[in-house]
Amino acid sequence: MDNLIQEAFVASLFFGAVTAGVPLLLAGLGEQVSEKAGVLNIGLEGMMLAGAYAGFATAYLSDSFLAGFVAGALAGLAVALVMAALCVVLGMNQIVVGIAITLGAEGVTALLHHFQFSRSYPRLSKVETWPIPALADIPFVGGAFFDRNGLVYVAFLLTFLMIWVFRRTHFGLNLQAAGDTPAALDAAGVSVKVTRFVSVLVTGGLGGLGGAYMSTVGGGLFLPFMTGGAGFIAIVLAMLARGNPLWVLFGAFLFGASLALTTAMQVAGVNIPTDVIQMLPFAMVIVVLILFARHSYLPPALGLPYHRGAR
Amino acid sequence: MRAGAPAGRSSEAALALHGITRRFPGVLANDRISLVFRRGEIHALLGENGAGKSTLMAIVSGMLRPDSGSIEVAGRSVRIASPSAALRLGIGTVHQHVLLVPSLTVLENLMLGNPWWRPVDRDATLRRFTELAELLSVRVPPDAPLGRLSLGEQQQVEIMRALWHGELVLILDEPTSMLTPRGVKDLGVVMRRLRDHGVAIVFITHKLKEASNLADRISVLRQGRVVGEIGPDTLAASPAGEIIERVIAMMFERGENAEDLKDTLVGDAQDGSRDSGSVGDAAPLLRLRDAHTAGERGECPLDGANLDVRPGEVLGIAGVDGNGQKHLAEVLAGQRMMTSGSLTLAAQAIDTLGVAARRRLGVRYITDERLGEGTAAHHSVATNLVLKEIGSPRFWKRGITLWQRIASHAREAIGAYDIVTPSENVAVATLSGGNIQKVLLAREWAGDARLLIVNKPTYGLDLQNTRRARDWIRSVGGQETAAMIVISNELDELAEVSHRIAVMDRGRIAGIVDNRAGARSEIGRLMTGLEAA
Amino acid sequence: MPLRHRFGSAAAVLLPVVLAVVAGAILLLALGKDPLAYYGYVIRRGLLSPTGLEASLTRTAPLLLIAAGLIVAFRSGLWNLGVDGQLLLAAVCTAALAPELAAAMPPLLAVVVCFVVAIAIGALWSLVPAFLKAQFGVNEIISTLMMSFLGVSLANVLVKIPFNDPATTVPQTATLAVEDRLARLGDTTVHWGVVLAVVTVLAVHYAMTRTALGLRLQIVGASMKTAVHSGLRVKALIFTAFAISAGLAGLAGAVDVLGVHGTIRADWNPAYGIVVIPLVFLARFNGHAVIAFVFVFAVLVIGGESAARRLDVPTYFVLVLVGLLMLFFTITEHVDNRRRLQGGS
Repeated sequence: MDNLIQEAFVASLFFGAVTAGVPLLLAGLGEQVSEKAGVLNIGLEGMMLAGAYAGFATAYLSDSFLAGFVAGALAGLAVALVMAALCVVLGMNQIVVGIAITLGAEGVTALLHHFQFSRSYPRLSKVETWPIPALADIPFVGGAFFDRNGLVYVAFLLTFLMIWVFRRTHFGLNLQAAGDTPAALDAAGVSVKVTRFVSVLVTGGLGGLGGAYMSTVGGGLFLPFMTGGAGFIAIVLAMLARGNPLWVLFGAFLFGASLALTTAMQVAGVNIPTDVIQMLPFAMVIVVLILFARHSYLPPALGLPYHRGAR
Repeated sequence: MRAGAPAGRSSEAALALHGITRRFPGVLANDRISLVFRRGEIHALLGENGAGKSTLMAIVSGMLRPDSGSIEVAGRSVRIASPSAALRLGIGTVHQHVLLVPSLTVLENLMLGNPWWRPVDRDATLRRFTELAELLSVRVPPDAPLGRLSLGEQQQVEIMRALWHGELVLILDEPTSMLTPRGVKDLGVVMRRLRDHGVAIVFITHKLKEASNLADRISVLRQGRVVGEIGPDTLAASPAGEIIERVIAMMFERGENAEDLKDTLVGDAQDGSRDSGSVGDAAPLLRLRDAHTAGERGECPLDGANLDVRPGEVLGIAGVDGNGQKHLAEVLAGQRMMTSGSLTLAAQAIDTLGVAARRRLGVRYITDERLGEGTAAHHSVATNLVLKEIGSPRFWKRGITLWQRIASHAREAIGAYDIVTPSENVAVATLSGGNIQKVLLAREWAGDARLLIVNKPTYGLDLQNTRRARDWIRSVGGQETAAMIVISNELDELAEVSHRIAVMDRGRIAGIVDNRAGARSEIGRLMTGLEAA
Repeated sequence: MPLRHRFGSAAAVLLPVVLAVVAGAILLLALGKDPLAYYGYVIRRGLLSPTGLEASLTRTAPLLLIAAGLIVAFRSGLWNLGVDGQLLLAAVCTAALAPELAAAMPPLLAVVVCFVVAIAIGALWSLVPAFLKAQFGVNEIISTLMMSFLGVSLANVLVKIPFNDPATTVPQTATLAVEDRLARLGDTTVHWGVVLAVVTVLAVHYAMTRTALGLRLQIVGASMKTAVHSGLRVKALIFTAFAISAGLAGLAGAVDVLGVHGTIRADWNPAYGIVVIPLVFLARFNGHAVIAFVFVFAVLVIGGESAARRLDVPTYFVLVLVGLLMLFFTITEHVDNRRRLQGGS
């Protein structure tokens, strides 16, 4: 490979990794919050889809990406509200409700798409970027990391915000306690249900934002089932990250990179069926699970509804 | 001993309850209870399981709301709507089981409960921590993860948290049940310091001796009502024995039970009564040598344990919880494999055999986790009675379940062991603790049991059932061929039922003593690791 | 545990169905469609017309086989959410193998060999999650989902490269001749795989409730600790439950290929799993109820497919209905439980 192709390959790989990684990062950080608090949010895929649809529809109708992001986050939040009400307040089975929510969101968004966009298949205009002076011109990585939409930077910063929240705020302590020893949090006078409720809403908001990113910045169009399992991958990332946001960041871009590899290969002139590349991230998770299974750590109270007095 | 309560403050009511009533479906848990807890007084609250102590304390600490009645704190009428409201009023509770987060540090645990939007203020927390550490005169590392501390230290952190928002009322719910004798002594010192500082201490216990030693005032609950109170003057004037007699009379009004249960409560009547020479020097039935196991997070593994059990004896295993007792029981039962060591039953190596194979050789194990481990909670009593012989030709024909036969077997066991249940088909979780224990006894003692391991036979049982379980062990233990290992953290219990008592300390058997008069102090020294026998 | 036949309580079943249908109707109105016309059309086309009924019955075959496997997994406390991958891989391998076998051996033998291979491939695909669960206690939701995504992609690769039939333009496997497919029942278009599926669900149901193996698996499902305490070979039982569950998902794939499609095209993924999982739940792992629920669902789907063409309501609507059904069922059950608890019995 000569230098030019090499640079094109690397640049396109990094660019694609960020594009595919940001939604995973946002949703993964969100899921991490609820998992920390003891709620396994299987409905994340549905929340992302709701965000993707609302984000796209709003951005398309209002011609504003920002409005799209807000709408996406709100849509995710709205779906999360159902999950939180049923699983946290009423203590219903998190897996059953999560699957129901994902099914419902898949169906509803596909229906809405069918009636609104299935004949015209509209696309959004080109994404605005906020190039960071000087950094954006670095070869190989400049375009991928420093000449992007604002949401990309926000997602990065959010990782560090989360580290701060987990370690240095009472909200972070409450989350940890709610997932580890909910009865202790209750005895300390903090409502376990409120803590978990909020955590699920955070998950929904961030998941919705991630979905909105996919349909607006990522693809510029909405397709039924377009999240294609990203929500489940984000759940896995959050689980493997063991409560550390940096691992979510790392995992999200590793995943993103393997998804972006197809395009990058094509740029470099190598032709491999997309399916082979698509297998990579999943195969990677399996390998990681096999290698690090012993160390995987989940909050003891994950998945269990909390009832005061019942131990 | 009870002198020293500052007389000036002791009349000041910190917490007053008037006519507290709370109903649960089918039960009147609290029936017009009126009590006054005063500053500078250790007020012991006694009563059997189900007497209403827990409900009352749940109401005072904001976990439950009363159906009727009123509460005054420091003279003001209040409503305690939540645990945080109780804490803000200066009412702190230390629960029987530590209610702290193991993965957070000591300081972080103490910070729990602050408004979520407020940033973490480590310095202020550390200041209050230091203040309270001085008041209690304890040393706890503030930045260590809580899970690394001993149970005694964790309890000290609990006490700090209970006092965090003001030192008005401190409720201690069975605080001594998980502690070493040394830890109990330390706790007594802390309690007296706080009392002298003017804190109203509510001391819930079922150990009469501790109550009569520490308390300035004793109130007794029975069937949801206050049935008696002994004030500081009487306590100071009367000998301990007399007080205990009076309390027992209050707890069990009609005399017939009282005599019987007194021993269970007081605990030292039976000391040494089981030291019989008959089990003497027979060849050991069970021989465990240099047993090691691998421990997971928060577990104490075996670290070179040696043990001989003679045929026909009841061997007690004493020790503070978490010194490898659970691993020992599991290794003997075949649930856990040793990483090294040897185990023989009647000279036959059994260390590679699983639970089922050992069961056929007569090894039986009754766990202390009756619902989560001993039984499948949502399965029927009948199913649980055959849980350890699934597939056996008695109840299965070519793998097909003979439900009729299982049901009739269950009805027999229910009759023979006096298990109180509507039918053999109800889920075992709906039974009371005592009846679940009987289900386990029926299952494990059936057939040719040669070695029965019982972990905490009376844990969580009320006095009646405790009495019954101990009697059962005394009556069936000590038969010619079978041996029994009883693991317990209650020395009184072991002193009553065992021939010999072994002490576990940090994964080893620290020593074994014959159960005769005077054995108790020797055991106490072994438990605290002070002496190797 | 003797099964609680609490399905007599008609209100508990009907109420959520009514609520879901009404909520669906509101959604249809919001989309500008006539709900009565839609539901009427779905029932006429999915249930009342002979061809529709036959199509509905045929559709139940793979769904029931998956459900049978899930009954085993769920009762054993194992969340096998990876049935799609297990099914698709087995289906693709069957599709590739069947035409070759049909040429080489008697039809029935070919079918049997295909079934065995499909079961083996499905089971094989559950080996990693089973191992992770048995050895390290790794949450099987994650591992089965990952294996499922992996399996779907792998199946596509297989269709596109090694198993591709060069005679076709779209990548797909060689087509199995119609006469070599599963035999039809009488004059209908329904193949005997449907009967096999119904029998399998019943067999699994009775195996779980009336045999030693079933009880052992149920104890594992109730509590791993209790299972260890009772001396059960927990690891072996986990592998067994996974193998049965995934094997039946594989069989479902083979039945679908041999009974209906005869070939598999690239990117074909019916995604049966995500709808069967909730159905098995709604049926509370009871085989009889599973058969009823799956049949109703098949009617909805077949009717819904006709309605999609005629009334322009895409089949996605059926997904929404199932989601709503699930929500309302869990809510009704929750309210029911709470009422009983407060009754103090």
